[in-house]
Amino acid sequence: MINPFVFLSEYDFAVYALIVAALIALCASLFGVTLVLKRFSFIGDGLSHAAFGALALATVLHVSNELVIVLPTTALMAVLLLKAGRNTKIKGDAAIAMLSVGALAIGYILLNVFPVSNNIAGDVCATLFGATSILTLSGMDVVLCTVLSVAVVLLFVLFYNRIFAVTFDESFAAASGTNTEAYNTVIAIVTAVIIVLSMRLVGTLIVSALIIFPALSAMRVFKSFRSVVLCSAVVAVLCAVSGFLASVAWSIPVGPSIVVANIICFACFFCIGKGSGR
Amino acid sequence: MSQIICKNLALGYDGRLIAEELDFSVEKGDYLCIVGENGVGKSTLLKALLGLIQPLHGEIITDRELKSGGTGYLPQQTEVQKDFPASVEEIVRSGFLKSCGIKPFYSKTQKLLAAEKMRRLGIEDLKKRSYRELSGGQQQRVLLARALCASEKILFLDEPASGLDPVATSEMYSVIAGLNRDMGITVVMVSHDIRAAVKYSKHILHLGNKPLFFGETEEYIKSGIGRTFLNTDNEGGTEND
Repeated sequence: MINPFVFLSEYDFAVYALIVAALIALCASLFGVTLVLKRFSFIGDGLSHAAFGALALATVLHVSNELVIVLPTTALMAVLLLKAGRNTKIKGDAAIAMLSVGALAIGYILLNVFPVSNNIAGDVCATLFGATSILTLSGMDVVLCTVLSVAVVLLFVLFYNRIFAVTFDESFAAASGTNTEAYNTVIAIVTAVIIVLSMRLVGTLIVSALIIFPALSAMRVFKSFRSVVLCSAVVAVLCAVSGFLASVAWSIPVGPSIVVANIICFACFFCIGKGSGR
Repeated sequence: MSQIICKNLALGYDGRLIAEELDFSVEKGDYLCIVGENGVGKSTLLKALLGLIQPLHGEIITDRELKSGGTGYLPQQTEVQKDFPASVEEIVRSGFLKSCGIKPFYSKTQKLLAAEKMRRLGIEDLKKRSYRELSGGQQQRVLLARALCASEKILFLDEPASGLDPVATSEMYSVIAGLNRDMGITVVMVSHDIRAAVKYSKHILHLGNKPLFFGETEEYIKSGIGRTFLNTDNEGGTEND
């Protein structure tokens, strides 16, 4: 077993990776509360698949910074998914499944037809499950992630009361003059940004865990919106840090390790919730 | 003085006509009940009055004072709300959203006003409690307090007593009547409870495919349509009991 603290003190890039992991988990958990409560969790899941397609496209096109393609494509998908999910006429959930599975399939074909390395299976696996890519972050990536994370947190704090109103009761918010459609679109786009950011951390297949788990854990125990938000933020950061340290210690992939930390945390909160009679 | 005037209004969804030839007005301090069978567009009319949907044709003229003062709305409960982690205080304060303008947080005055509304509706002791743990009647009072934060001029209520037990129902109606009487708030209520409607309201709008009646409550009770509807409802009521 490697002592993770010794490892961190020896390698700067590991410290950066840890900071990025904590920041991303924080952003994901804040908006996760709204997404779970609005029954929008499906957007997170659908988007992560769409992002895989976008990432495959970016890889094949050999662009210098993948985010240039992945971010706008995923944001566009977010808006489409939101529209599809609310449309009762064309079976919203089925439309989402079509879109996300389609993106996954096309992405995999692209990677096979235009191979960029001789280890396609390894590349795909890394994209899906995160692998070790977080340890190979460049200085630029760290700066970009930090700036975007701070922007997302700031956005959440400034619009906290409005996000609450739109989440709790859309009709009331609309009647008192709030443009709820605009808020939903912004929430979907921010989700896309968070997913693209966290994709490198946990991989596209398990990215929605970062969004859903902390919120669900917090809701087992806490009963007001503010306490749920605060608790889910704390839970997310603690799970990201402990998952990261565990991954270094036992040389296991970062993403799944963080998800397992979240599962353990959820189990604890579930028991506490049951114990306190909820 | 009329706060709302509707002229030859027609309503519908996706181009499908639900109700037409709606002509009525709401006076300041009025208590109007919109009644009728399911699916005749009662809630749709309420949404049109709130500006949430556009009428197919016709006109809704709202008083200028009303436009600037905001509107208090008590919508029907949604699935999402039944298990929503939010404290009573958080929900009531969200009524001030519109008057916040571009400010991100609530002011001290707004917090005090929210406390006053909660006191008025007898839910002050519950302010730290979670919404999902409250009884149906308490939940409706919370939403009513929020509507009062949004407007002290007019309240739009969509089936405020739906899902409540008989005691909570009559309490809810007397609270609403009290707000109308003591504070002079205009009340526009959608209800399928015809007997409560004639007991508390000043005016009745009875919707069918075309409006079947609009006028004072006393006239409605004497009218043919009112008598038929009240009688059938009585029979239905005894069966349910």
